[in-house]
Amino acid sequence: MDPRIRSLYRNLLFMGKEYPVSSGGYPKFRRQLKQAFQKSIVESEEDLQNALSRGDYITKELEALYFLTRYREMKRRYGEDS
Amino acid sequence: MSTKLRILVPVKRVIDFAIKPRINKTQTGVETKGVKFSINPFCDIALEESIRIREADKDKVENIHAVSIGPTKAQDVLRTALAKGADNSTLVDVGDEEVEPLSVAKLLQKVVEKDNSNLVILGKQAIDDDANQTGQMLAGLLNWPQATNASKVEIDGDNVTVTREIDGGADTLRAKLPLIITTDLRLNEPRYASLPNIMKAKKKPLEKLKASDLGIELVKRIETLKVVEPPVRNAGIKVETVDELVSKLKELKAI
Repeated sequence: MDPRIRSLYRNLLFMGKEYPVSSGGYPKFRRQLKQAFQKSIVESEEDLQNALSRGDYITKELEALYFLTRYREMKRRYGEDS
Repeated sequence: MSTKLRILVPVKRVIDFAIKPRINKTQTGVETKGVKFSINPFCDIALEESIRIREADKDKVENIHAVSIGPTKAQDVLRTALAKGADNSTLVDVGDEEVEPLSVAKLLQKVVEKDNSNLVILGKQAIDDDANQTGQMLAGLLNWPQATNASKVEIDGDNVTVTREIDGGADTLRAKLPLIITTDLRLNEPRYASLPNIMKAKKKPLEKLKASDLGIELVKRIETLKVVEPPVRNAGIKVETVDELVSKLKELKAI
């Protein structure tokens, strides 16, 4: 296996530990992540690049999701209208 | 040549914001067993600000030191802090007992003196006890100026300009170093500590101390008598007709 794929999987799995419990939490995240990796067929260098950039995209989306859930919760608790 | 910044960032390990706290059986506090902990969101903002100050001008910052006062497990939040960009870290292991803000401030005062820090950036409050006292007390003990609830920080040589969030507007302060800043929610957007960065940070120094090593005796001045859940709100009722609504409102003397 390409080391880039392995490290992407490992990093995403690590991020999944913080996946919101209300959306299924880590078990659901792990299941979906595994499925997504199994489904993406990589036969050429181009496929690999596409898959990796999709992985990067998901990483950034997750970071944004975590930031926003926390920010919104803090704003709800300590914001001006609370 | 202006003084180089030696930034101290105290961080607290608290129950994760996404967890609904449960009161323990003896009603003396909240249940901490089997609960997820993470870095206090406001401390995370403080840490981010110190890293951004360095990223804006690399030569200005000599050192970013993260310190946590808490149980042995508070190491985890220090590792996260190191992964995000702190240079070194100190854990003052005080066991599982909650330490009062005054004791925390006294311990931090010693760390500041030992470290020769000239800027302390703290979260305005922790989301567990919501005390909002540590920064202010530390400023008092050190006799330093303080800028609380910061929403913007600008550093120009020895002068620091801080915009504060106040009711219905903003308040801009200027002070010379050394200075205490406490952070509000809108100061910045904290970054994420990725797995590779956490692995790399394992090589960074983590010093472990006891409160007695700093010459501070932890005294409790406040006793918690009882912790209870907030009262449950009663469910509302549905009214069938307008007349019923009007009569109900009249009953309550609302109209």
